[in-house]
Amino acid sequence: MFKFLLSRVAVLIPTFIGVSIVAFAFIRLLPGDPVQMLAGERVVSPERHAEIMHALGYDQPIIMQYLDYIWRLLHGDFGTSIVTKRGVIGEFFKLFPATLELSFCAIIFAVALGVPAGVFAAVKRGSWFDQTVMGAALVGYSMPIFWWGLLLIILFSGTWHLTPVSGRIDLLYFFPKGTGFMIYDAAVSGQKGALRSALSHLILPAIVLGTIPLAVIARQTRSAMLEVLGEDYVRTAKAKGLSRFRVVGIHALRNALIPVVTTIGLQVGVMMAGAILTETIFSWPGIGKWMVDSVFKRDYPVVQGGLLLIAMVIMFVNLVVDLLYGVINPRVRVR
Amino acid sequence: MSHIEAQEAEAGVGESLPDRAPQKSVRRQMLAEFWFYFSENKGAVIGLCVFALVVIIALAAPIIAPHSPTLQNRDALLIPPFWEDGGRLSYLLGTDAVGRDILSRLIFGARYSLFIGVIVVVIAVSLGIAVGLIAGYVGGWVDTVIMRVMDIILAFPSLLLALVLVAVLGPGLTNAMIAIALVLQPHFVRLTRASVMAEKQRDYVTAARVVGAGPIRLMVVTILPNCLGPLIVQATLSFSNAILDAAALGFLGMGAQPPTPEWGTMLAEAREFILRAWWVVTFPGVAILITVLAINLVGDGLRDALDPKMKRS
Repeated sequence: MFKFLLSRVAVLIPTFIGVSIVAFAFIRLLPGDPVQMLAGERVVSPERHAEIMHALGYDQPIIMQYLDYIWRLLHGDFGTSIVTKRGVIGEFFKLFPATLELSFCAIIFAVALGVPAGVFAAVKRGSWFDQTVMGAALVGYSMPIFWWGLLLIILFSGTWHLTPVSGRIDLLYFFPKGTGFMIYDAAVSGQKGALRSALSHLILPAIVLGTIPLAVIARQTRSAMLEVLGEDYVRTAKAKGLSRFRVVGIHALRNALIPVVTTIGLQVGVMMAGAILTETIFSWPGIGKWMVDSVFKRDYPVVQGGLLLIAMVIMFVNLVVDLLYGVINPRVRVR
Repeated sequence: MSHIEAQEAEAGVGESLPDRAPQKSVRRQMLAEFWFYFSENKGAVIGLCVFALVVIIALAAPIIAPHSPTLQNRDALLIPPFWEDGGRLSYLLGTDAVGRDILSRLIFGARYSLFIGVIVVVIAVSLGIAVGLIAGYVGGWVDTVIMRVMDIILAFPSLLLALVLVAVLGPGLTNAMIAIALVLQPHFVRLTRASVMAEKQRDYVTAARVVGAGPIRLMVVTILPNCLGPLIVQATLSFSNAILDAAALGFLGMGAQPPTPEWGTMLAEAREFILRAWWVVTFPGVAILITVLAINLVGDGLRDALDPKMKRS
């Protein structure tokens, strides 16, 4: 198992180098002079210009600049925001819990609905239930989620006044020693109504972000389940007289879930892309909104650092999925 | 009678055609078989009809649109659709905040969405197939390098990478299309490479090589046609993805710029009115959803018809 782990980590190294080159190249591909970008409207004398170029390391050969960049990355220096003058990595970890909380709830929503829906659709193949679920899944898969979010706001916030329009919690509540995970903070704080407020803020964004994963998981579960249900061992289990629930729920589902776990893992990248849109619509103070705002403010060090950090998160999640895959499907490890 | 026999009877195989034009007959039979599987999927046929309708609307936009998509009418700001109180029959789906007819903008928007889809898919497919063919056929370190680069592109969320690329290149429709095509093409590289590697070992390729076919001919004429099935399916899915991503970029203000009647851009402009005028938000989204759904339905049908493994599942 350890060898398996090592081999998987080793594969990541070239990808990481490539990803860092992309992030490094990004800031150099930008049109315009880097010093002028920092200076804004101010006029910079040629001497001062050369001085700043030197301080930034721009007078070095490109390969030295890249090595310097990697060196700083390894020391946790992902750059400094032009707007807030704060370190990118600090901002990232301050905002990351919000995105993590949202994504986690979205994936729970997607799995909790998608897996049972896919299983029942497979068991009742061809029935009206199957057709409805697969039809709905295709609609969900085709959904422009930025529009879906606006639509839900119109209905739930505008017409029925059930949920707030944006943010994570009412302004009434404040948690001085918060972990950044609003649900947990609200529950622990013991402030009356805090948890309710946090949940009502979370529910619409989580549904919006979970919609496409839900559709993909339902479809994938159904097709994996159909494949497994045709296997000999399922027939044997049925012939032994085991209950339908045991055959489907235990024997078949366990094997059917193997590809589903991979699908869930692959959805993490989709979720990060979705978070950009969902967080923008609901003014959710997470990584996605941070990136969009930074692009608009031309805060390029943040865009550069954020790009790299997000890619690293996705690579990490993919690694975990790969390892999980090895745990639930021992055949993979032997290869 | 099996379905193949049924089609053969339908296509007139074995009656009189074969000896006259065997090549043509085989083609026609393949087409008939394809249509047999495709038309079995009712959703796919509906999707194809809807898609055809969208294409016709896009082509005939100047004829069927009741108003100009950019003409502002100060006397008709935020008019609701005709069935609501205050709606007018001259503005069937109402007007936006500067008095432009929403229906006309949607009709012209279909042009942008289809155009984006076609261009992005053409770039992504041609680039992806070329690179994938090389990776799969040449193998060795070339293959390793190409696939690592593709892994790197896939390590970023597609929309984020597109957003950052647009930030570098500058906002606008052309740059958005380039960015989306770049983000979508690794899928084609992977698919082509996998099919080429599977086909390369087959006897018919060896035979062609022995006869003296050069590498380009082997790649393009001998191997490629046998890898097309999954590529066509992926191209369909990419088509809908391209439309969605372009709309998302437009929505974020990074795609087509106002006053272009692009559906995502329309949504972005409508955002501030969501609680006052539901129609300016609802209809562009419905247009995106219907178009994307139709294409995905066709994609599902194509997969059933073209992928032998998925047949009858």
